[in-house]
Amino acid sequence: MSTPTVDTAPLRRQRRNRIYLQIACVTISIFMLVPIYLISLAALSTRESLNEFPLSLLPTNISFDTLDAFLSSTGIFGALGNSVIVGIGTVLLSAVLGIPGGYALARFAFPGKEPYQLFLLFTRALPIVVLSVPLAKLFLTTNIYDTTYGVILLHTSLALPTTILISASVFLSVPVDVEEAARIFGCGPLGAFARVVMPMALPGLAAASIFTFVMSWNEVLGASILTLDHRTLPAQVLTSLSDSPLAYRFAGGFALVIPSIIFIAFMRRYLTNMWGSTIR
Amino acid sequence: MTVQSPPTRPAAVRSPHRPRRVPPAVWLIGPSILFMALLMGWPMVQGVLQAVQNEHGFTLDFIRQMVEDPYFWPAVRNTALLIVVMIPLQFGIAIGMALLLRSNPRLNKLHFFVWAIPLALSDLAAGLVWLSIFNDRGYLNSFLKGLGIDGVPWLAYDNQATLFFCVLIAEVWRSTSLVLVIVVAGLQGIPKDYDEAAQVFGATFWQRLRHVTLPLLKPSLQVALILRTILAFQTFAVAQALTGQNFPLVVGETYRWYTALQNPNVAAALALVILVASMLTSIFYLRALREKGQGGTR
Repeated sequence: MSTPTVDTAPLRRQRRNRIYLQIACVTISIFMLVPIYLISLAALSTRESLNEFPLSLLPTNISFDTLDAFLSSTGIFGALGNSVIVGIGTVLLSAVLGIPGGYALARFAFPGKEPYQLFLLFTRALPIVVLSVPLAKLFLTTNIYDTTYGVILLHTSLALPTTILISASVFLSVPVDVEEAARIFGCGPLGAFARVVMPMALPGLAAASIFTFVMSWNEVLGASILTLDHRTLPAQVLTSLSDSPLAYRFAGGFALVIPSIIFIAFMRRYLTNMWGSTIR
Repeated sequence: MTVQSPPTRPAAVRSPHRPRRVPPAVWLIGPSILFMALLMGWPMVQGVLQAVQNEHGFTLDFIRQMVEDPYFWPAVRNTALLIVVMIPLQFGIAIGMALLLRSNPRLNKLHFFVWAIPLALSDLAAGLVWLSIFNDRGYLNSFLKGLGIDGVPWLAYDNQATLFFCVLIAEVWRSTSLVLVIVVAGLQGIPKDYDEAAQVFGATFWQRLRHVTLPLLKPSLQVALILRTILAFQTFAVAQALTGQNFPLVVGETYRWYTALQNPNVAAALALVILVASMLTSIFYLRALREKGQGGTR
């Protein structure tokens, strides 16, 4: 008895293709991760071992000396605090100003809606550097130059268009029906918003505010133009770049990288939603 | 409670009976418009004035000063070169990565997370990360030494080609994830049916990519192109961290004029260059991609 011959070539080809795909994915992941591994390694080595050559590519002698020295060097601790203050301030201010706008875009038809959306898209594209220099002059005359408030104002104006567009898409995903049901059962417009819409929109809005925080945490140029003594962490690292040893710079890089990984871990479920929504 | 006819949304109707009432939408969007007018519109006007006005009135002095600076043309050249090389490169990579993810490899959630990490990195952080690799006694040269190859002074000031290469790698590493996320979001909006239909009719992978997937992705690509190019014009901290002053970029020059040379007027003039360049490229993209789209549907 003979079995009918089956051509297994397509099957084999498919299996081979899947292996190639797998290899490509792993290669890209390695390319993405190796620099992060190396900066961590550099930041966790002693200054002496950083002066050796060739450097060891494996974590042979881990120490926190370099990070300690970085964190206790002048200005860094304050800058870290400023960064957190500016980030939270930006999140709060842009939420207060932006969430109502997003709600209006999602729920109401009003004259000027299209121009408003276009205006938002345009402002999103406005380079930071164009705003920073004149704002520095304005802030000097109004006495908020070199304060965290000034930086919060700049970062809010940068984050606001995105906040509005993202929160609009979050509110769009909350069905109108539940809101109307709340109204029928006796909620006022504010009550319906606070008790029904807000709880449903909260996870998306939280992701949006992490996004705002990241933007503020990362912004370098504006913060370093608008401040002298009250710098945020990136601004502090940038201004002390030229006269600091390599170990300091690596520790600075590490301190900037680690929060980013945590942020992305928190909002990974919303990444495509958020960018997908802003496309419209 | 007022009773209204069911097909209309209550708030959508601007009632003719109560003409004096301000529609709620105005209260909701008003603060944001006011804020942006104050903190974006006004500074923009001021920025233009700062660049072309001194205490005696209109002047081109600052623009002349900017153009005559020995760093200006190298900065313009470097910025343009970086954009021209980087944008096509990273769009190719990002589309490839998105297609890889769509083919559902094992651990695709983990891969996506890893590929998205640089999304939250600043260009300063990216510059410092790659500084640990590219500096003379850094990890790359250590690795080469381990292979028995002599190290290369990647960041030497007289070697513009390797300087450019280092900045390019660092920027591609950092900013491709932004394009990736936009493209992945765009791909999710495209039903797989089209692709499968084309496959049934015998289209090869490249034909499907060229005639099915990419045309459907066009809106996403347009947004990604505009955003990414405008952000690319603003690259500077990565070059600052990697090379100091050795690889000038236009925004880096703004920073230098403002902080080191204490001349906000020339800094404003440089900012104007960035503004004009960003606007021109946005208009160019909007036109180029729209016209092609119309040609396709005819």
